[in-house]
This record gives sequence, C-alpha cells and structure tokens, in this order.
Amino acid sequence: MVYYAYFQGKAPDVTKKRFKTVWDIPKEELLAPGHRMCQGCGAAIVFRHLLKAVGKDVVIVQATGCVEVTTTVFPETAWRVPYIHVAFENAASVASGIAAAIKALKRKGVLPPDKKVKVVATAGDGGTFDIGMQALSGMLERGDDVMYVVYDNEAYMNTGIQRSSATPWGAWTTTTPVGKRWRGEWRWKKDIVGIALAHRVPYIATANPAYPLDLIEKFRRAFETEGPSLVHVLSPCPPGWRIPPDKTIEVAKLATLTGMWVNLEIVEGQPRVTVKVPKRKPVKVYLKMQGRFRHLRDEDIAFIQKVVDAEVERINKWVGEEAIGPVVEE
Amino acid sequence: MSESQGRLLGWREIPIGGIVQEPGNTAKNDMSAWRTFKPVIDQEKCVRCRLCWIFCPDAAIIEVEGEYRTKSGRVYKVSYHVDYQHCKGCGICANECPVKAIKMVEEVR
Repeated sequence: MVYYAYFQGKAPDVTKKRFKTVWDIPKEELLAPGHRMCQGCGAAIVFRHLLKAVGKDVVIVQATGCVEVTTTVFPETAWRVPYIHVAFENAASVASGIAAAIKALKRKGVLPPDKKVKVVATAGDGGTFDIGMQALSGMLERGDDVMYVVYDNEAYMNTGIQRSSATPWGAWTTTTPVGKRWRGEWRWKKDIVGIALAHRVPYIATANPAYPLDLIEKFRRAFETEGPSLVHVLSPCPPGWRIPPDKTIEVAKLATLTGMWVNLEIVEGQPRVTVKVPKRKPVKVYLKMQGRFRHLRDEDIAFIQKVVDAEVERINKWVGEEAIGPVVEE
Repeated sequence: MSESQGRLLGWREIPIGGIVQEPGNTAKNDMSAWRTFKPVIDQEKCVRCRLCWIFCPDAAIIEVEGEYRTKSGRVYKVSYHVDYQHCKGCGICANECPVKAIKMVEEVR
C-alpha cells in the first residue's frame, strides 16, 4: 500500500504461513509450569503460545495484571526469557525505551547488527484500555519497533472483578452490581482496534485461544512487523466470568461462533476476517453459559443480539464480503 | 525453596538485590494440591491430535516420543502423558478431547 508507506513501520509477510498444522508448533516451553494462574486460565494458554511463536530472542515487558502477579511471585519466576515489569501504566513506554536501547547497542557494536531482538509489551485490558492508554498511544504514534499484546478478560480480575472499559454491556462485576436500579454494566466495550487503526499501525489483529493456529500465526506476524503492531486476544477468566474451569475454550469458541468476537487481521489498513462463520449462533448460547450474564432478561438478550447484528453488518461491509453469516437457530 | 518444600527462604539465602537467579524456577512447585479431579488419558482411545497439549494452561501434558501400538494395530510415534506435579485439574483437556479419551477421576488421598 502506497498510503501506508508514508508512515512508520512495514507490514509482515502475510502470503506465507509458518504454522500450518498443530505439529508446526514448537515443543519448547518458555513459560514454565507451576505458576499461580487459576485453574483453566485463558491467559496462561495465550502466553504459552505467545512464547512459542516468538522464541527466545525477545524481551517481555509486562504491565501489572493477573499474569504479572501470578508468574513472578518472589523468589520465583515462570519466565525463561528476559522479563521486566515496571508499573501499571507504562508497559508501552518501557518497551519503547528498551527498543531504543537495542538500537543503540546495535549501533555501538555490542549486539550484532543483523540479530533480531524484539520487545513484546503485554498488558491486560485494565493496563491497556484504561490505565496504559496514553503510553500505548504514544508508542503507536512514535512508530517504535514493539509488539503489543492485550489479553482481554473484560474486567480487573486480579483485584476482584471490577469493571474496566473493556467490560461488555450487561455483565455483572463487583462495581456494576445487579439490583433494583442497576442491571450490571450499562456501557459498551471500547473499540481498541479502532483506536490502533487511527494511529495507522501496519499490523493489527484480534485473536482467540480457541483457534490456536490462527492465534499463533498472528503472534508470528505481529512479531515480524517492522514497527508497532497490536494483537488483541480474548482471554476467558473462569472466576470472573463465573464459568466452570473446564469450559474456558468452549466459551471462547462460542464468542466467535455467535459473532460477539470477530477474529480480524488488519494489514496496512486492509481488514480481513481470518475465522469465517457462515452460520452464526444466537448470542443467547454464549450469554447463558456465563454466570456474569445470569440476570439478563429476554429483552436484554434481544438488545445485545440487535447490537451484535449491527456490529457484524458493519464488519461485513468493512471487509467487503459476508464473512460472518446470518443467525441460524438450532 | 518454595512453599512446596515446606519452608520459605531466610534473608541470608536470598541473593543480594533480591535477584531471581534461575529462570523458570516455578517448575519446582508442586501444584497437585490444587485439584479435586485428575485427568487420566486412555492410550488406546487417544488419536494423538495434540489438542490437549495445545489447550493446557499449565503445560502439564507431556509429549513423549516413542512408538505405541494399540490393540487394534495402529502405530503412533508419540503419546501424551499427564504431568501430575503441575496439573491443576481444570479439566480443559477432558472437555476438548474429540474422542473423549481423557477422563476426570476423583483424587483419593
């Protein structure tokens, strides 16, 4: 794209796939077992595959959040790669600094100039959508060579399920309780992909751990982008979403099958739906599985369905094909 | 070293500056007390699709290379075993197994 050539960054090679089958996923475990993430944690699956996709030549920068708290309980660490945690709000700024340091070390001849070392900034939805927003915006705007991964469990799960701006409409959290006057969250989720797109970032993707090959391939592509890239990953949380721990992947899969979550890939502004859903399920199946949506009445579910339909229509129009099909009742 | 060995580190044993010297040392922890049910893989039924290994949050499914011949005569080059030290018993593997070769069995202590 000529237009994107005016801005920072260069898109990865999207013509080839490195992870074609499950047997292409490397066996090496760079996130050690024995960490304190909950039974059935979605984020643990996401981070295992992140490290499998990016390999050893990486610096992980992490904002405060579930994964930071559970993997680095002193005097232990679950990470087998270089890792730094500074504060809640500045994962992206620290990552920018390390990217600049790597550049300087290459110029001074300490690191070989052809060696690829990339910084991966990771944060939860709180550390990205709310607290880390301005650091993220600065990083994307400056065009630093950083890959940013958001694992989105749709509330502040680590501190006890408080709402964040990623919490979907109608969800119960401890700060949006259900009672006579309040019926859970009444605001919609922030569009982080739209915000990243406004910064003209060469590579943006949304992924879902229920589609592991799609997820790991997107991590690989984001890693090979020259310049900033952003991957937004859904990460089901059994205690916060009020689901049994064995249903993590099932719920994640239903999010895509109902159209509540669309697996997108935006390369130099060109959107593409990577997991197409020809026949969509009604959102009721997804909502009924989770305890945080237990209080929803039929009219609330009909309202969510209406909004999801509109959102799907917008995405279909945007990608220029019917990637997500109409609702089919079973 | 960790709580699993029954004792926390004293101040004399912690390195200067509180540096963690060994990467990935959580692998020493025993997480078996977290679970109520443990997964048991039926090697005869298993079709080696690798899905349990992919979806395990704790890397507690181990891929072991080596030939395995089922009673019906199929030969597989790998087989999957559960690392009972790190398994937290979430049951994702049993739920996602396409041939239902993994059963959740109650722990008896």
